[in-house]
Amino acid sequence: MDERTQSALRDAFRSEWAHVLAATIRVTHDIDLAEDSVQQAFTEALAAWSRDGVPRNPGAWLTTTAKRRAIDALRRNVTQQRKIPLLIEPERPFDEDANPATRASGVEMNVATDDTMRLILLCCHPSLSNESQVALTLRLVCGMTTDDIARCFLVEKATMAARLTRAKKKIVVARIPFCLPRGPEVTKRLEAVMGVVYLLFTIGHTSPTGDTLFRRDVCAEALRLARLLHGLWPEVREISGLLALLLVNDARRDSRVSPVGRAQSMADQDRAKWNTAMIDEARQLMRANHEAGPRGRYTLQAAIALQHVEAPTYDEVDWHEIVQLYDELVQLWSTPVVQLNRAVALSKTSGPLDALAIVEGLETDARLERYHYLPAVKAYLLDQLGRSDEAQRARHRAFELSSNEVERDFLGAQLRGASPH
Amino acid sequence: MAEYAIILYANKDDISSDVDGPERGAHDQHSEELQEGGSMIAAFALEPFDTATSIRMDAVTDGPFIEAKEVVLGFYVIEATDLDEALAVAKRNPIIAQGGGVEVRPVQGFVVRTTLDE
Repeated sequence: MDERTQSALRDAFRSEWAHVLAATIRVTHDIDLAEDSVQQAFTEALAAWSRDGVPRNPGAWLTTTAKRRAIDALRRNVTQQRKIPLLIEPERPFDEDANPATRASGVEMNVATDDTMRLILLCCHPSLSNESQVALTLRLVCGMTTDDIARCFLVEKATMAARLTRAKKKIVVARIPFCLPRGPEVTKRLEAVMGVVYLLFTIGHTSPTGDTLFRRDVCAEALRLARLLHGLWPEVREISGLLALLLVNDARRDSRVSPVGRAQSMADQDRAKWNTAMIDEARQLMRANHEAGPRGRYTLQAAIALQHVEAPTYDEVDWHEIVQLYDELVQLWSTPVVQLNRAVALSKTSGPLDALAIVEGLETDARLERYHYLPAVKAYLLDQLGRSDEAQRARHRAFELSSNEVERDFLGAQLRGASPH
Repeated sequence: MAEYAIILYANKDDISSDVDGPERGAHDQHSEELQEGGSMIAAFALEPFDTATSIRMDAVTDGPFIEAKEVVLGFYVIEATDLDEALAVAKRNPIIAQGGGVEVRPVQGFVVRTTLDE
């Protein structure tokens, strides 16, 4: 197999998997059968594209082939043998396959987009557990293997396979519809979708175990999903905010770990290593995002992240603006982690003592009990107050709690007094 | 069409014994609405949880089967095209505004006696 076919197939897998699967589900009304058919189409593409060349529209080729394989299977009564009920699709504006000849290409485009939206909303249905939502999205929308999803969640492959099966079974038995809600309902449903993308990015970014390369893949997958969502729902402000947030954070990825693999605090980050193209894209998104109405949590977090990167040096960061953004964020999303981050910003404008009071207040919060960043922040504030014994104790606690090797190295170096920041 | 059971739960401490109070009135009204809408197949309101008797392998005991803060008040079965429609119906149950909640479960099958005692 030649290089060109291989790379075309890889591209098609990344950009078309979700669309092809969604379109095939519409034919089969059966997720497993659709997955098998799409898998088969990709396998066939390998030989066919090597032989005949890469088709002009790989997505269309794959969709046609997958649907054909699905119809073959339906004729062989595959689903009947499995005796499982079919997926529910309550609203059907027009019969898609009734008259393909008269279908305008624009309509075809809309159908493809609609199907992908349906697939995403199905995976993130509020009646599914958060873990199931992420797992299903990775499997069905990103086409990730069960093995990789299991690695992502740090569980055994068999455990993940069982979780996916359970989630799919619930979709069918409880009749979660493959449909596209409109109006306020879709906005509510999109919150769950954005939550899944954000969680995925967080897993990739701060996964407690090593393997940098794999975590990068997970981040890339989250970013790809955010782009897909933005393409599907360009008018939803929070989705632009989410994409911008992921872009800014990912743009700094290469500088977060120093050449020897040591985690870098913001002050030490090599700004020259930031990916300026990604930051530019985020800035564009935020500019286009200036419509009326209150900003949501992703838009606000993106604005905070942008404030950080817009300053030419760490010393020139506009902390007053950042504190203001955090104040707004706390109003609508008052998690202890947000409050902790706000305390850090506040230490820059109102001094370490005010910030320390907030941090000490958060110490009683059970949710932060094992969060190593809390004692790390506390140590940083105590240092500024000249209370070095207490600071050392807090650093020790942070070191104990951190399970990520890179973070441990960083905290270990601080403990030994190598480069305190 | 599919059938869904909607099971009503409330905190033990919140349950008033006053069956004629305004809380009960909201439920009666909701029940009437569902009957008129035609989606409700059957409904059962249960007597207070302290009238329950539980049976395990070798023992008959007083009270509900599971010792929990929340207890079942009753349940009803509705017909809906899919889960979204069932959830939309269930969300309108007054118990939610009264501090309790509902559980929605697909019904696998059920039998009813076809003859009724006079």
